[in-house]
Amino acid sequence: MITLYDYELSGNCYKIRLLLGMLGLDYKTVPVDFYPGREHKSDWFLRLNPLGQLPVIEDDGFVLRDAQAILVYLASNYDQAGTWYPRDNPRLLGEISQWLAFADGITGTASAARLHDALFYDLDAEAARAGAHRLFRILDEHLWFGEQEGRSWICSASHPTIADIACFPYVILSEEGGISRQDYPAIRRWCDRVKRIPGFLVMSGVFPAGRHGRHKASHERWTTHLHTPGWQK
Amino acid sequence: MTTQPKCTDPVILNLWHPLAAVSETSVGTVMDTVLLEERVSYAVGSDGTVAAWRSRADLPAGSRVDAGSIAEQLPSKSAYGYVWTTLGDAPAELFPIPEFEEPDRRRLNAATMGVNVSAPRAIENFLDMGHFPYVHTDILGAEPHTEVKEYDVEISAERDEILATRCRFYQPMASTASTEGADVDYIYRVPHPYCSVLYKSSPVDDKRLDVIAIFLQPMDQEHVRAHMMLCVLDEDNEDKIIKRFQQTIFGQDKPILENQFPKRLPLDPRAETPIRADKSAIAYRRWLSQKGVTYGVIPAAA
Repeated sequence: MITLYDYELSGNCYKIRLLLGMLGLDYKTVPVDFYPGREHKSDWFLRLNPLGQLPVIEDDGFVLRDAQAILVYLASNYDQAGTWYPRDNPRLLGEISQWLAFADGITGTASAARLHDALFYDLDAEAARAGAHRLFRILDEHLWFGEQEGRSWICSASHPTIADIACFPYVILSEEGGISRQDYPAIRRWCDRVKRIPGFLVMSGVFPAGRHGRHKASHERWTTHLHTPGWQK
Repeated sequence: MTTQPKCTDPVILNLWHPLAAVSETSVGTVMDTVLLEERVSYAVGSDGTVAAWRSRADLPAGSRVDAGSIAEQLPSKSAYGYVWTTLGDAPAELFPIPEFEEPDRRRLNAATMGVNVSAPRAIENFLDMGHFPYVHTDILGAEPHTEVKEYDVEISAERDEILATRCRFYQPMASTASTEGADVDYIYRVPHPYCSVLYKSSPVDDKRLDVIAIFLQPMDQEHVRAHMMLCVLDEDNEDKIIKRFQQTIFGQDKPILENQFPKRLPLDPRAETPIRADKSAIAYRRWLSQKGVTYGVIPAAA
């Protein structure tokens, strides 16, 4: 059985939970107290991953770190349809790798801003936000041109790939780092499509697709001049 | 040397405010935070002594310090696992939580999290049961159990706090100690404009209540550090499992809080339209108005 070393509020761990859910795989979770306990810097965890980062998986004695690497491994090993990481399509594999690296850039910017705002990480949040907006602009244009060509996903395929999974979490959580998606309509439409992939699951801070108007949180009941929260756009 | 505080609301200025969990503060080390738009430093000594002061150049964050020997301190105290201070003078006693002393309870800071919201908006969300099935689906609520049944609210003049009682809600998983869904009894207290204490049925002892408190540290009028205190009955789960449960719930509330508009809580009864379930929130707004609170709110026009 696969074991995932996991922190609930981590977008990188969420990437793995998403793919495991979409592949319908059973797995065991070992919670790691990332905050406030900093358990990812503890001796036992550093023996598992000397970088002191989440997520890590263990699968029948095989230990692997790095969210993007884990996505590659899980899709290659367990996706029987072979669509999430199509090993027989060199161009598509190249594209996927390109966007996996891009996802790491989103982590370095949008996720950093969120860590600053929510968990008080000492870093330059304005620089992180500016970096995230630069990447979001590029992603938004890429998705917009894709839509014009009838493409719904990040890579040139008729189905989602692990590149979509890798880019999604820190895009959808960006507002927690003060990064609005208001100016990125193609990103917002793509997020909605990701939420409709069979097996999609939420994490804290991420809402399911298509709940508009059904849920009435207190502020929506109260507020007379209604403002559309970012996650509903 | 007198310093003019940035916050000019005397009610809020003269309150005790939380700064950080004692358990997360390295002993004898200067730590920095923000309170009411001012840089504030604090330290915890090896004997549990706490100290707080307006940040200054000779005591930068990270430096070693003897908490007992710092000159020009602010009033400070250690209570419920947190360091508290005030930028005003001599606040009244901090509100009591007698259950905190019960020896068989687990006392934890679930987390301290930054939230882009005013403290009163966060308190009001904490009081709201109506959102449980929609925001905390399959944990604190589930459809079709969406009705907020009639409950009682009073403003206790003697204790100067709001008390909501006879609250009852069906919860699939009320705590880490839950094994099945149950009708859970709730009591809410608001004993401080920026703090609320919740009591809910314990899944392990039907005669006692778990205590969950939210202590909000106003960084400014629209940003808080939310300290989540747990004082619960649970003999089985590790600390990190109990924290994870509470963080999951708070993480679900966070985007709702951060999307509230306006960010400050309007106190004019005509500003927003309540429903019956918002009774405790109506009392809270009225209580803030009566106290004359202006910080973090949009006061009603005189």
